[in-house]
Amino acid sequence: MDTGNLEKTTTLQLVIAWGFVGIPLIFGVVQTLINSMTLFK
Amino acid sequence: MGVLSFLNRDHTIAKPGYSRWMVPPAALCVHLCIGQAYAFSVFNLPMTKLIGITQSAPNDWKLTELGWIFSLAIFFLGVSSAVFGRWVEEGGPRKAMFTAACCWAGGFFISAIGVYAHTLWLIYLGYGVLGGIALGIGYISPVSTLIKWFPDRPGMATGMAIMGFGGGAFIASPLSVWLMSKFHTATHVGVAETFIVLGVVYFFFMIVGSIIVRIPAPGWRPEGYVAPTASKKLISQNDVYVYDALKTPQFWLIWWVLCLNVTAGIGVLGQASAMSQEMFPGHITPVAAAGFVGLMSLFNMGGRFCWASISDYIGRRNTYFVFMLLGFALYCTVPYTGSVGSVAGFVICFLVIISMYGGGFSTVPAYLKDMFGTRYVGAIHGLLLTAWSMAGIFGPVLVNYIREYNVTHGVPKAQAYNTTMYIMAGLLVIGFICNFFVKAVDARYHMRAEDEGTEPGANATAPAAARA
Repeated sequence: MDTGNLEKTTTLQLVIAWGFVGIPLIFGVVQTLINSMTLFK
Repeated sequence: MGVLSFLNRDHTIAKPGYSRWMVPPAALCVHLCIGQAYAFSVFNLPMTKLIGITQSAPNDWKLTELGWIFSLAIFFLGVSSAVFGRWVEEGGPRKAMFTAACCWAGGFFISAIGVYAHTLWLIYLGYGVLGGIALGIGYISPVSTLIKWFPDRPGMATGMAIMGFGGGAFIASPLSVWLMSKFHTATHVGVAETFIVLGVVYFFFMIVGSIIVRIPAPGWRPEGYVAPTASKKLISQNDVYVYDALKTPQFWLIWWVLCLNVTAGIGVLGQASAMSQEMFPGHITPVAAAGFVGLMSLFNMGGRFCWASISDYIGRRNTYFVFMLLGFALYCTVPYTGSVGSVAGFVICFLVIISMYGGGFSTVPAYLKDMFGTRYVGAIHGLLLTAWSMAGIFGPVLVNYIREYNVTHGVPKAQAYNTTMYIMAGLLVIGFICNFFVKAVDARYHMRAEDEGTEPGANATAPAAARA
């Protein structure tokens, strides 16, 4: 098969892509969770 | 010309070897950005002090005037998803996500000019109209793409993207507050600069999403995936043309199911802070109420992923039956928790309710895919989102006006929400009935085999139902 017709996704690409969106999301969730703890004080 | 062709649908068809697990991050790149809309309220108070700086000056904008910005954005979300749905489906996800990025960033830049010039209509135009269009296009495009990549787990896939829309506010809220604190000076509130930075950051994120997104090649299927057999009556293997879907009772029944589920949730979501304090005076302080609202937002986001994923196993119709039945029981329980002073019971009831509110949003694209096939699911989803706009008006109005009526008629504040809770429970009973009547779409609405080979636009002149 012609390699020009292949688009192999590497594990590194997957880690970068998920980290790109996952890290800000986790940051936001943790911040919200910390603020939410006031309900139990 | 080169850049424009890069955006075309043909250029986004995945080559062999491309992992479908790259598509959820692409979708999240867009949904996490447009989800900022839920956090827009952090700008409201600073924008009432643009002239006065420390306190509102007579010429400063009023909160009531600023409230229209978010309302306009949500209105144009519904309008643009309905109007541009077919274009999004036929133009491909990259073109749609690129357009959404330009509109979203452009909306922030125009709004920044509006803040500099202290011209409110520029913010209405920028964030309200242009931003609202970005919300509509950006919301439906990744969802439709994910459904095509995950025919084996459509609920989980759409749940991931729509969870991002709920989670966008978690990032935007602290980020916006931090940026405003950095740009704030003795003579300047820092809103305009924050808008510019957010516009640049969001544009970058959304463009990354549009670059990595792909659509599956025609005929592609996940390894080992076998399409459901005819025994699954509520999962169609046939496509329905977007405007033919409007002629089916299924579309309108699901429209009402979504509208009623969202109405029940959105009303309490907006009033959760005040409601919790009034129902438990002395027990829930304003600070604790803020924590409760934050916790509700987390369950709203988590419910989007969890309920949609569960729907892959128990079916879409059954998932909505759970929403309606469990929601009915919980809404009826809330007044009881108030009467016995059970804060824990109250909190648990609302956390589950709000998870189902989020779940309603994320499960519906897969429900539409089951009913109408994958080909025009994005466009049909866009039309269905008008139910959200409708619920956005009904929900808060029901909660606010009924509370107001009760309070003015001598009902204690702690019990002023009881009637509303029973009305919400009643709405869910109607939703249950609508969901009960959802059956498989009649075969006369299915696109014919020869339609598959033609340009989809050609169907506009000869939709299936018209030929039938």
